[in-house]
Amino acid sequence: MQLLVDIGQKVPTLVVMRADDDAHTSSPDPVLRLRGVGKEFFGTSVLREIDLTLYPGQVHALVGENGAGKSTLMKIIAGVHRPDTGTIELDGPAVTFPTPLDAQRAGVATVFQEFNLLPDRSVAENVYLGREPRRRGLVDRRRLHADTTRLLDDLGLAGIASWTRVGSLSVAQQQVVEIVKAVSYDARIISMDEPTAALADQEVALLYELVRRLRDRGVAILYVSHRLQEIYDLADTITVLKDGNHVLTAPAAEVGPDRLVRTMVGRDFAGFFPDKPADAVPGEVRLALAGAGNTMVDDIDLEVRAGEIVALAGLQGSGRTEIAHGVFGIAPFTRGRMTVDGQPAQVRTPRQGVRHHLALVTEDRKSEGLALGQSVLANARLVLDAVLPRASDRRSRRIAGVLSSLEVAPSTVAAAQDTEVQYLSGGNQQKVVLAKWLVTEPRVIVLDEPTRGIDVGAKRAVYDLMRTLTADGTAVLLISSELPEVVAMADRILVVRDGRIAGELPGGSDEAAIMALATGAA
Amino acid sequence: MTISTGSTGSSSTAGTSSTAGTRRRYHLGSTEIVYLALIGILLVAGVLVAVQGGNLFAQQNISYMLTQTSLLGFVAVGQTLVVLCRSLDLSVGYVVALCSLIGATTMAGDPSRVWLGVVAALAVAAAVGLVNGLLISALRVNAFIATLGTGLIVKGFLDTRFKGPEGEVPLAFQTFGYTRIGPVPVSTIVMLLVAAAAFVLLTRTRAGYHMFAVGGNLDVARLSGVRTGRALVLAHVLCSLCAGVAGLLIAARFGTGNALVYSYGLDLDSIAAVVLGGTLLFGGRGSVVGTVGGVVILAVLDTAFNVLDVNPFFKDVLRGVIIIAAVALYARRQIDPASRRVRFGARGSVPRGSDAA
Repeated sequence: MQLLVDIGQKVPTLVVMRADDDAHTSSPDPVLRLRGVGKEFFGTSVLREIDLTLYPGQVHALVGENGAGKSTLMKIIAGVHRPDTGTIELDGPAVTFPTPLDAQRAGVATVFQEFNLLPDRSVAENVYLGREPRRRGLVDRRRLHADTTRLLDDLGLAGIASWTRVGSLSVAQQQVVEIVKAVSYDARIISMDEPTAALADQEVALLYELVRRLRDRGVAILYVSHRLQEIYDLADTITVLKDGNHVLTAPAAEVGPDRLVRTMVGRDFAGFFPDKPADAVPGEVRLALAGAGNTMVDDIDLEVRAGEIVALAGLQGSGRTEIAHGVFGIAPFTRGRMTVDGQPAQVRTPRQGVRHHLALVTEDRKSEGLALGQSVLANARLVLDAVLPRASDRRSRRIAGVLSSLEVAPSTVAAAQDTEVQYLSGGNQQKVVLAKWLVTEPRVIVLDEPTRGIDVGAKRAVYDLMRTLTADGTAVLLISSELPEVVAMADRILVVRDGRIAGELPGGSDEAAIMALATGAA
Repeated sequence: MTISTGSTGSSSTAGTSSTAGTRRRYHLGSTEIVYLALIGILLVAGVLVAVQGGNLFAQQNISYMLTQTSLLGFVAVGQTLVVLCRSLDLSVGYVVALCSLIGATTMAGDPSRVWLGVVAALAVAAAVGLVNGLLISALRVNAFIATLGTGLIVKGFLDTRFKGPEGEVPLAFQTFGYTRIGPVPVSTIVMLLVAAAAFVLLTRTRAGYHMFAVGGNLDVARLSGVRTGRALVLAHVLCSLCAGVAGLLIAARFGTGNALVYSYGLDLDSIAAVVLGGTLLFGGRGSVVGTVGGVVILAVLDTAFNVLDVNPFFKDVLRGVIIIAAVALYARRQIDPASRRVRFGARGSVPRGSDAA
């Protein structure tokens, strides 16, 4: 089987390259070089003129805010997307990867956040999937397991048995199996997209060790992470992307955490957000959590008062959405107490959430917020009809009012009855989701990424709506990855990290301070 | 076996301690559960029959049981391959009927044409499977619809072309239907050989490995270089071939081909047997050994109901209840443990290594 890897033979030459030690001065030949790479989606430019050079035996950290273009860049390297401009050079000559498999076969492996493993198959069967060794036409199981075991041993992973069902491994071990699979393709470049995002603290050590071991064998590693600690622990070089632009590449030792965070954030959004009313004083406590937790989050204490906007900031996967899901009964809290308007509230299902006058505008409006093939009106009535049918008659009269006050595109009830939601723009779709919840007259509304993927005008409308709601005494819990939005809109900012509240900041705080708390740099 | 018991895999590496909430327990594999259920059903049925003064394990009952097993067995073994690929074949019942007719009419009572009849029937079966597989993999028609469609086409052909039993199977071939070795019919032995071949396919060949991969996660399979279309087409061709063999068995038993065989409900029974056998209806997990267990369970029930003289309509009610109960039982076990795993180490609730203190 020619595809089988014998790492033992390959390593010495690559290690020699690194033997002169300081890789920056001796500059071995780069394995992968991107020049002027750019990418557009539907006319929106998401990456512009990116240069990136990876050297063997080095860990190159790629950092930036959510939406900076890191994922797109990784997908270009992985062969998922093709760059619109610029070139990818592998060992010198320019190459193209029509499919991810081509990239993999060329030695460029990518470990994405979603696992690309079959949970019901063994470690060995996963690692050599599509390349199973054969003997007389049958799969040579002895060799399959022997090869896998050797690969695991070589990487210091003797604790994982080759016949183990992948689904029974811990998340960290599964991540490691993915990396082992990449190594088995003789990968010389391995890029990892937030490999520690799903790992518990004590599991991270396993990954660190593997990354270092691979680096020492001369593999070039592109490491995407939000956690500054990890970047300084592992990276030789750091590249910062911001809004699709390449803003910095420097040796890790030369960029302090302060400068790094400042480079990642900081934009001018003055005048875009509606001002806070000067005389507003928050009223009584509408929603309170004390020590709330479940398998995903823990020790959550928070209060949202009438007329107040409290933001949950934090990185993707930090547990912000999970807190919202706990409040609304999607993944209920199993510990701690929750009160709504001062009354203890047991919210075990979303239906109970609605009955407690809670509302949750979900993160993904297409799959969780809307029945795309149904009319605007049907969508707007959905929650009312399903949960509060008796109140429906009285309140349904409000639907027209809510739709028109939100300036949803089909402005008459008749038009709202005829228009299917799927034909509306993203902004109008979001307004329909908002309308659906507003007609239930919620006392607490949770907005999860309410402005994601909508245009500037619609964003402004959402911000105005938030101000209107608070003026009417609604409590708003805002979850957002857009720091300018959080800073400008929230009265208080709770920063979530690793499923816990890492700290609280007043509204108007410095974005860098939020990032520092969110990444653990503070 | 292809299904490993959960306990084999729980070795943990140095860096990862098990979290507080997950207790390590011995988990039976699905296949073991199927056979435990079979033993349980045999005991209960045996006792019930004995109470009425009968003997479930009398030779004639055992023979009836095994005869039932072979017909559904062929179809269900083929269906297993398809279901493992996260597909489905609803055309098998019609293929069985078609092949019984093609076999019988080609043989036309002439012992020298037996092999010709066998080859013709299997060739037609393979062709139907090929069409099914291509519709699903190349044209991306939903498997349910594609195989329902080809099934209807075959049914229409049968209904217009054949008015009743047709063709004649020479005595030499009828032995396939009737001969027994002790209480064991030859057809059952052939069925077990086919099942063994499928077992080897799934556990010892790349094609089988790839069927598991295709059913487990199509994208993962494709990104790993598996030719997913090929695995799917192969599964469908083999499934239809198995149905073809079942058709030949019918012809051998009846001495003629018969279109009305499609009303036996082999299509849904085979899916029920596959699922009873512990194969996940969403593909990616399962085994032929389990399916054979599922087939035997259904045959035992059928035999017991016959001996106990249960009202035929109520028989179906009982079968339905048992199938649903079994699958509900599996569903409780098959909730992916990974999805329940603690995502963030809740500090304090997680026992740390002693060095942390």
